[in-house]
Order: sequence, then structure tokens, then C-alpha cells
Amino acid sequence: MANIPAHLRYTKDHEWIELQSDGTAVVGITEYAQEALGDLVFIELPKTGAGLSVGDEFAVVESVKAASEVYAPISGKVTEVNEDLSDNPAAINESPYDDGWMIKMTVADKKEIETGTMSADEYAGYLDKLN
Amino acid sequence: MSGTLKKTPFHAFHTAKGAKMAPFAGYDMPIQYADGILKEHEWVRTRAGLFDVSHMGPSFLEGADAAANLARLTPSTFEKAAIGRAKYTVLTNPEGGIIDDLIVTKLAEDKFLLVLNAGRKDVDAAWIAKNISGKVTFTPPVEGTPLLALQGPYAAAALEKAVLQKQSMDDLPYMTGDWYSLFGKKCFITRTGYTGEDGFEIMLPAGDDELAIRVWDLLVNHPDVKAIGLGARDSLRLEMGYPLYGHDLDETTSPVEADIKWIISKKNDGFFGAPRVQKELNGGAARIRVGIQITDKGIAREGCTLHTRTGEEIGVLTSGGFSPTLKQAIGQGYIRPEYAKDGTEIRVDIRGKKVAAKVHGLSFVSPKTNSKPSA
Repeated sequence: MANIPAHLRYTKDHEWIELQSDGTAVVGITEYAQEALGDLVFIELPKTGAGLSVGDEFAVVESVKAASEVYAPISGKVTEVNEDLSDNPAAINESPYDDGWMIKMTVADKKEIETGTMSADEYAGYLDKLN
Repeated sequence: MSGTLKKTPFHAFHTAKGAKMAPFAGYDMPIQYADGILKEHEWVRTRAGLFDVSHMGPSFLEGADAAANLARLTPSTFEKAAIGRAKYTVLTNPEGGIIDDLIVTKLAEDKFLLVLNAGRKDVDAAWIAKNISGKVTFTPPVEGTPLLALQGPYAAAALEKAVLQKQSMDDLPYMTGDWYSLFGKKCFITRTGYTGEDGFEIMLPAGDDELAIRVWDLLVNHPDVKAIGLGARDSLRLEMGYPLYGHDLDETTSPVEADIKWIISKKNDGFFGAPRVQKELNGGAARIRVGIQITDKGIAREGCTLHTRTGEEIGVLTSGGFSPTLKQAIGQGYIRPEYAKDGTEIRVDIRGKKVAAKVHGLSFVSPKTNSKPSA
């Protein structure tokens, strides 16, 4: 059973997004995604300041076998990237919702979170249908 | 979907152990078990890994003219080889391209074992059947023949302890095979593999799933042995520079281009495609297979183009990934011969970015295959 924290929002491409009290958001990939990818060995992250629109490819996560794109769940500007991942890409495998966070970004339009992403329950239902 | 895929005799073990399964050449095969590719890879390099390779196709060529036919089907010669000798070679087409790569083992003066790649066995079998002549019979791969590979520095000790009872592997040198008795049944074991480690490939009698599962269980329950999936099999072979058919070899690549010219016997000029191969041996090939080491950040994959530092395209990567041993990105590909020298600085196009790389010998890790059997 995949771990799906209740306080996060989710996308069909298995990204999670957390809206913070200061109005910015943190983005990463889900437990299900890291499990499906296997051991991650390299993470390509965007530059701070990069502008993203919903659905933009903003990062690439590489496992031993393959590369997979990670897509922006909302529009906004990258304010911080998790530099620790360059030395320790396995942090995403070990702790996808905490140490394995990927970027922090501004939220251009809060409605994108409400209408464009899923709640934990909805995501759990979505995963059930995939399996 | 998995209903249409073939299953090996060890399929139930894979699924019971929670392996990630995926279709491979028409079979439902384990890509990795719970440990993951990195740990599985390291286990094979330091202990011993058990691989289900029952998707591959053991076939037989026998008769007084079997060796003569092999000298037409492959650039190798087998007439003078000792009984038990195993050789890596290729089936060539009339254009000198590679139909498949395989290991041929001489079982008797007039009988040979040919182990064909899973994805090529139908093509190979049709080609061989159509092109043999004289006193010779070809027996295509028998579905359901259990094939295991046990690879790693502890492979010999584990094999002896777990299943061989009083038989020793000491007198089976690298690239040879012999018959052994496993619980009263004749099984053929070769000291061969696809990992660069010392190890064995074990062929059990077709259809005897009970014996197959007994042998598998005894081996996998040995404390130094773990089951290893096809993911680590791929990263292990990539570190050694071994080619993978369909990626690094195909019907257009010649043995000279593939840089396996050591398989070509000087005494054999009658194999399919010999004129092209001879011409390339004398005058050089248009491209050559080399190892590629990524020196900057990024992982290059199959299909990435290779460039000079000024941007000119000079080749293509045919396999690429992460080396768990070196902890860096490596690969192999075909490059124009003038750039094939070790250490040549090049660029690899990774998603539109030109990333620094170096030409490297095909193997990134020294093979342990010739090490003497442990006492």
C-alpha cells in the first residue's frame, strides 16, 4: 500500500504539491512514483527563477534503467531547488515527501491547485484503478 | 495482459518474492526483486546472484557435418576445439551483419549446444534450418528448458555446497562445459556468464519442473546467494562492455564494427558475409563499437548522438546507463574510427544538451572470469 499523506495534493503524473502558509508550494514525486522508478541515481533540476506553466517538464529523474520527466502541477516561478538531491538522489526513494522534495515555487493561481490536482482520497482511488 | 506472456518454471518464485515483472521477448520476467537494482548489482559483484535465464533458447546441431556447418553459419571454427569447449560467436547473414550472438559449446565431435537469445530464437532457428546441409540435424529450442545462471565470486562454492554434493567445479575452466549429476539427473553446466564474474550457466532437463524448482530453491536459500533480476543483469553486462543484441548488435553491424574480431578464425573464410568482414579486417570499418564514459553530469541513454567538441555528429550510443560500481554514467555505442581512440574527448547529446564524455575501452570493470577456481 502506497503512503499517501492526507495534507498533500496530487497529480495524475504522480507529483505531490504542498501549499505552505507563506503562499508558496513544495513539489516532489509520490511514494508510488519512486517505487515504480526504482533506485534513482541522478536528478536534473531546474534553475531558481525558472518560470513554469502547468504541465511543463521541470525535472528529470533517472533510475539505473530509465529517465522519466517530472511535470509542473501548477504555474509559478521556482524559488528554491533541493540541492542535496545532486549528491543523494536516493533521498527521493527513501523519503519522497520530506527529504526528497524537489522544488519550491510561487503559486500563480491558487485555483489551479483546487481544480487541477487531487486530494489524497482521490489519488488513492486513482492508484487503485491503475493497478 | 500477462496471460499472453510465456512463463518460465521459476515464475511463481518471482511473483511470490514481489519481483517487478515486465514483458521481455515474450516472457513475463523479473526486472528486480525487493532489494532493487543497485543492491542486486553489488551482491553479484561481491557474493553470488541467481538469474532465471530460461527465456533463452538452447538448441542443438548434430551429425558428422555439424562442425562444417558451424563454420558456414559463424566466423568461428570448431573442428579442432576440445570436447567441452564453449565459444562466444555470432550468426552472420550474407551481408556480414549479425543475426544473433551466442555461445556454442562442443558436446561431442558431432554435437553442439547453441544457446540463442530469447528475442531472436525464432529468427535464428529458421535461418539455421534453412541453411544447413549434409549430414546434420538441427533441434530448435525446446520451450520450458530451465536455464539458470549463478554468477559472482561465491558462485562456485555455493554451487558445490548447495546442489553438487561431492562433485567439484575446480576442473571446469572458464569457457568450458560438462555434464553433472543433480539428484540423479544429467544436467549440463558451463563456466560462462554475462556479468564478468566467475560463474556458471546450468541447463536442466526440459519439462522437469520439480527438479528445476528444487535446484533453484537450494541455490537461492544458500546464504551467499540472492535472486537477481534482468535490471542488474543489464547494468552488470554494460560495465563489462558486453553487447546486447537488438541494441548494440543488429543485422547491419558486422563483427569488425562490433569490435569482436577476436571471434573470427583466420582459418575460416567460408562463413556467410565473409567478403565484407575480410574487407573490413583489411581496410577498416566505417564505425566501431567503443565504451563511452560521461565525464559531466547526466546519464546518456540508447539513441543519444555522439559529437565532436565542435558539434559534428560522429556516432550514436546503443546502450547507456548508470554504473553502480563506478557510480557514474557509462555506455557503449558506435563511433567513426578516427574518434575511437581511448581518451578522446567528445560530447553526448542528452535531451538537447551537449554533455562532456570520453571514449573508453569497452569494459569499465576488470573481468574476474579467468580467476582460478577457489581451493
